[in-house]
Amino acid sequence: MSNKPSVAGLANVLYIDLTNETSKVVERQDLHDKYLGGTGVATMLMHEEFKEGTDALDPESPIVLSIGPLSGIFPCCTKVVAMFRSPLTGEFGESHAGGRLAMAMRFAGYSSIVITGRAKRPVYLSIYNNDIRFKDASSIWGLSSTTNIGKILRNVEPSAGKRSIIRIGTAGENRIRYANVNVDTYRHFGRLGLGAVFGAKNLKAIVISGDGEIEVPSKSAYSKIYKEIFTNIVETDLMEKYHNLGTTENILPLNELSGLPTRNLQQTFFEYAETISGENFADNYLVRKISCAHCPIGCIHIAMLKTSFGPSHEYEVKHISYDYELVYALGTNLGILTPEGVLELIDRCEQYGVDIISIGVVLAWATEMSMQKRSTTEETKGVLLKWGDVKNYLRAIDLIVESPNEFYSALAKGVVFASKKYGGEDFAIHAGGLEIPGYHTGVGNLVGLTVGVRHSHLDNGGYSIDQKAFKNNLSDEEIVDMLIFEDDIRGVLTSLAICLFARGIYTYDAIIEALATIGIERSEEELIELGRDIFMKKYELKRKFGFDLDDVTFPSRFFETASTNGMIDEARVQNVLSMYKKRRWGADRT
Amino acid sequence: MRIKVANQARCIGCFSCMMACARTYYKTVSLKNSAIDIQTSGGIESAYVAVVCHACIEPPCAKVCPTGALVKRKGGGVVFHKDLCTGCEQCVGACLVGAIHMDGDAKAIVCKHCGICISFCPHEVLEMRQVGDADDAHTKTSCEG
Repeated sequence: MSNKPSVAGLANVLYIDLTNETSKVVERQDLHDKYLGGTGVATMLMHEEFKEGTDALDPESPIVLSIGPLSGIFPCCTKVVAMFRSPLTGEFGESHAGGRLAMAMRFAGYSSIVITGRAKRPVYLSIYNNDIRFKDASSIWGLSSTTNIGKILRNVEPSAGKRSIIRIGTAGENRIRYANVNVDTYRHFGRLGLGAVFGAKNLKAIVISGDGEIEVPSKSAYSKIYKEIFTNIVETDLMEKYHNLGTTENILPLNELSGLPTRNLQQTFFEYAETISGENFADNYLVRKISCAHCPIGCIHIAMLKTSFGPSHEYEVKHISYDYELVYALGTNLGILTPEGVLELIDRCEQYGVDIISIGVVLAWATEMSMQKRSTTEETKGVLLKWGDVKNYLRAIDLIVESPNEFYSALAKGVVFASKKYGGEDFAIHAGGLEIPGYHTGVGNLVGLTVGVRHSHLDNGGYSIDQKAFKNNLSDEEIVDMLIFEDDIRGVLTSLAICLFARGIYTYDAIIEALATIGIERSEEELIELGRDIFMKKYELKRKFGFDLDDVTFPSRFFETASTNGMIDEARVQNVLSMYKKRRWGADRT
Repeated sequence: MRIKVANQARCIGCFSCMMACARTYYKTVSLKNSAIDIQTSGGIESAYVAVVCHACIEPPCAKVCPTGALVKRKGGGVVFHKDLCTGCEQCVGACLVGAIHMDGDAKAIVCKHCGICISFCPHEVLEMRQVGDADDAHTKTSCEG
């Protein structure tokens, strides 16, 4: 199993110490031989680097960024895995981003970057091959737009078009617990607050590029497999939906299936779903599709928001990327009726650099608090939140990022913190401390979010299992088995940092063939075992961070609103959870 | 025949063309060794620009090449004799389009107009054209190709 890869330069880890402004490169063949890369290698680096008891925003709290062995070499292997202790949940933080970062890291020569310490002043990192510079970022600290940060750095750094620029906005600087890291304007390390960790390190941005070359053992074998995979991507319908309407394709089907959380999950269908559907966005707002570096799909959908600002046909035009989760979080879940409203809210969040799912849920909770008159106008600084009111939501987003009083500071710490402090825990819709994504499909989703290592819908796709259950009536045992299967195979895919949208392309057979062309021999059994092993290693980390599956509680809202599969019974959820634990860890853990 | 950037605005910036070119003519996997270059004109927010050899009828690069490594090709463009290239970079400066750059061994990277990039373009940005085609002058392209 641990055949040494015959390709050089795929196991280099760049260690950055911000406190002392030093760096070193270490070849970690040992880790890559066993864990391939991506989430596997990042997990092991986190085990090495994290010292128990270190707070998420402590200078010594490490950040790990990892790509996989296929990154830059095969199409759709476009993701970078970030790992950190989450300042939002206090536990395991993992987030994935596309854009150009994976390609840039590969050709700069690094499979992972480990960042520790805290810079004495605001800095940005400039990385070009082995030239690592710590540059003063004082003049861009506090700048109100993440887009402009990119524009400024683009002008002072080399390698136009092939570099990646990742940066935080003021939300990260202010350590909003769900601040994100913007990657190349339109992509993000979105969830769990990596932006706040950057902020706590005084790290404003990283600009990275390189002009490396990778030698594969057999060019003809490589070219043959490459072409097969490429053809599958562009000439079959396996990825068509991502290119056509993009992820917002899901709005109408989930609405029809009553799985689309609306107005803080008081219901699961939206009366105006047609208006903010993927179809309407594509027909009337979509102006451009772009792709992550080395992916021929082009799933990044860019809408044009044209707003009049004067009587003489004066317009301002903004280009804004949109996706399903954003249309849920700042659309249905806040009762926003128009695409313009949704886009305006997305843009505001983008410029500050906050995770849109989290802030959407926080705003939805605050709306119910406000409507039930459980928050005072003094606390809200006169902002009266009500469903569909774009103007007040914009104001509330400003105030959360600014955090001028105790109330908004609490909102900036997430829905769990805010609801513990002010009440309304029954309708603080989170799983494992993380604000929920846009699905209320049934037991599979709820248990999937709860047991998933990062409490993300992408951990095991429980929402998709529920949709299968809706059609074919799955037993609880089958649901648990499917969750475990997905947890593990997605561990393999993300160790290769393959975009999960390409999971239909990269079957075990395709993965095995692709790996073989760069000299890595693995059997299907070995890969399955690797996925399981990584899951277990992540749970070891989760326990170090203080997570215990036995302590999980659910807001009652989950059991009061009908899902795709009808009302969800809490006792059944607990039962499925016990079953999951038993199958994962054996009887002793339940 | 030559490569024509026929539909520039359709480019999604995936780099599949560049990967294909570099893979076909070099032993390694890279972006840097591609003869076609996809550039941004002000970040990902703005349009992409594909820079590729125009297959000039009277190629300036061949005129300045002191060793005969670049020779005028019948029907436009150049034939490149890599073994004769000394890495003087005069061709780089002579090409107004910016279509020539150097590889890691200090040899020029020059487009052969083989069309491999076209076969990997998912959006029909690139097309194969006969040099001097009537329709050549009436395409939707902006500043290049």
